Amino acid sequence: MIPIEARLAIADLFADYGACLDGDRLEDWLDCFIEGCEYRIVSRENLRRGLPLSLMLCENKDMLRDRVVSLREANEYSVHTDKHVIGGVRVTGPVDGGYAARANYAMFQADAEGTGSLYSFGTYEAECVFEGGGPPKFRRMTVVVDNWNIPHMLSTPI
Amino acid sequence: MPLNVDWPRNDYSRVPYRLYHDPDLYAREQERIFEGPTWSYLCLEAEIPEPGDYVTTWVGDTPVVANRDREGTVHAFVNRCAHRGAAVCRAARGNVKFHTCIYHRWSYDHAGNLRGVPFHRGIRGEGGMDEDFDMSRHRLRGVRVAIFAGVVFGTFSDETEPLEDYLGPMMRGHIGRIMGRPIRILGHQRQRIDGNWKLYLENLRDTYHASLLHEFLVTFGLDRATQKGGVEMDARHRHNLTYAHAGSDRDEDARAAYGRQRVRANALTLRDPRLLEFRREYEDDRNLAISTVFPNAAFQQLNNSLATRQVQTKGIDAFDLVWTYFGYADDDENMTAHRLRQSNLFGPGGLVSMEDAEAIEIAHRASRREDGTTVIEVGGKGEISDRAYRVNDVPVRGFWSYYAELMDIEPPGAVR
Repeated sequence: MIPIEARLAIADLFADYGACLDGDRLEDWLDCFIEGCEYRIVSRENLRRGLPLSLMLCENKDMLRDRVVSLREANEYSVHTDKHVIGGVRVTGPVDGGYAARANYAMFQADAEGTGSLYSFGTYEAECVFEGGGPPKFRRMTVVVDNWNIPHMLSTPI
Repeated sequence: MPLNVDWPRNDYSRVPYRLYHDPDLYAREQERIFEGPTWSYLCLEAEIPEPGDYVTTWVGDTPVVANRDREGTVHAFVNRCAHRGAAVCRAARGNVKFHTCIYHRWSYDHAGNLRGVPFHRGIRGEGGMDEDFDMSRHRLRGVRVAIFAGVVFGTFSDETEPLEDYLGPMMRGHIGRIMGRPIRILGHQRQRIDGNWKLYLENLRDTYHASLLHEFLVTFGLDRATQKGGVEMDARHRHNLTYAHAGSDRDEDARAAYGRQRVRANALTLRDPRLLEFRREYEDDRNLAISTVFPNAAFQQLNNSLATRQVQTKGIDAFDLVWTYFGYADDDENMTAHRLRQSNLFGPGGLVSMEDAEAIEIAHRASRREDGTTVIEVGGKGEISDRAYRVNDVPVRGFWSYYAELMDIEPPGAVR
């Protein structure tokens, strides 16, 4: 049995994750991850064929920090507002001292004039750990994108 | 259909915005460029290593299949059944003994020859085709294939010069440099950009924008216009190569050059510098070499990130960009991990490349109703030739000169 408190805390983590991205609070979003994390965005196409290429690959939290600093300081990208709709979180079982969890997502995007579109949909495949008795964080987050022909560009994380 | 384009200058230093938005020009591009005497990138041989392997791809707006037959020969054909026009291959990739259209089960061999037509003799002597129906006259429309260094190109025209001549020594040298060993496919990325395809072909030939738009390059000290480098073109100026040498400038020079442009050279450092580590693997010390082959391909090396890019037109207002990343067959696990890490630099989410989509989309959007022209004269006007320095957009004029020739819209006294 997975304790109900753990399930609720993991569901909150997914909600915080989406809220940070939607609010363009990328620095707070980093708090959803442990130092030794891995964050990837991958296409369903490559995953199915067993090809290792990602759309975004951060092998630790420093690489995630670098990505955020680059988005803030160096990159130019479309003016957009995101909204994540994250489906029911399924905590599927214990894994290496943490829990495996999955959730489907849809992410809508509005442009500078307020015109909206379904930008991305897919599945979050994650591992969450409770370190030092604190709230859970992601040790691994793989965003599997089902509409892998990326509209426009991939700037802020999904 | 006569089409007149008023070029204000014969050296293509002014390009009418109409060229990105005119439907009649777009229709002629399909006919004269993509179905004309050019070699289009189809795929890599490594994507179809086994007999029966196929990939679906596009040449302009035309769907094409490239595949390998039982003897190992690569063939390509238009993915459109000779019977009623349905796509024969519906999956993106696969392996088949025959290609069978689902509509009426006409089936074709790997060369596109029609091999089976159900009920073509009728049933119990009734119905079927007339006696004069000749299967050999109903094959899938062929695409002539040629391969260089494992890269599969196709052409619709009988007039197209041999591939090696089309590429020329400069382009053969560059493609051979990065593709000249057995490769391993690491994966694909796709991106739909809402802009005319030619804006991207220009972007690939414009070294001027590189370190200004892509601030990551300069901010983190990866690639700077002060490095030793330049642009080279083939004799007809339709293909180009932009290159730079690692560690060939000094930080002080970069700061001085960019300081005046309000670009911050080396302002930040990465917490994980492995992203920018350059492991030299060729005889030269070039850490950046991106070449483009007219009309639809690019071949890229930035540090140790290797990829091809294919442009697929999707009407006047959009194109798909398909990236195929690869390493070498003898890469060890560490080198593969290194290349996968550096794939963060390119693609739809590339730290160095995400801006291109934005630049193209805002240019396409804002120029729709504009009857003026662009300005292309960094590195000089007039003659189109190589440059041994980086800040220039001369190859953009080379692109337009060959484009205008194929489209039969050259200005009087056109520079070629």
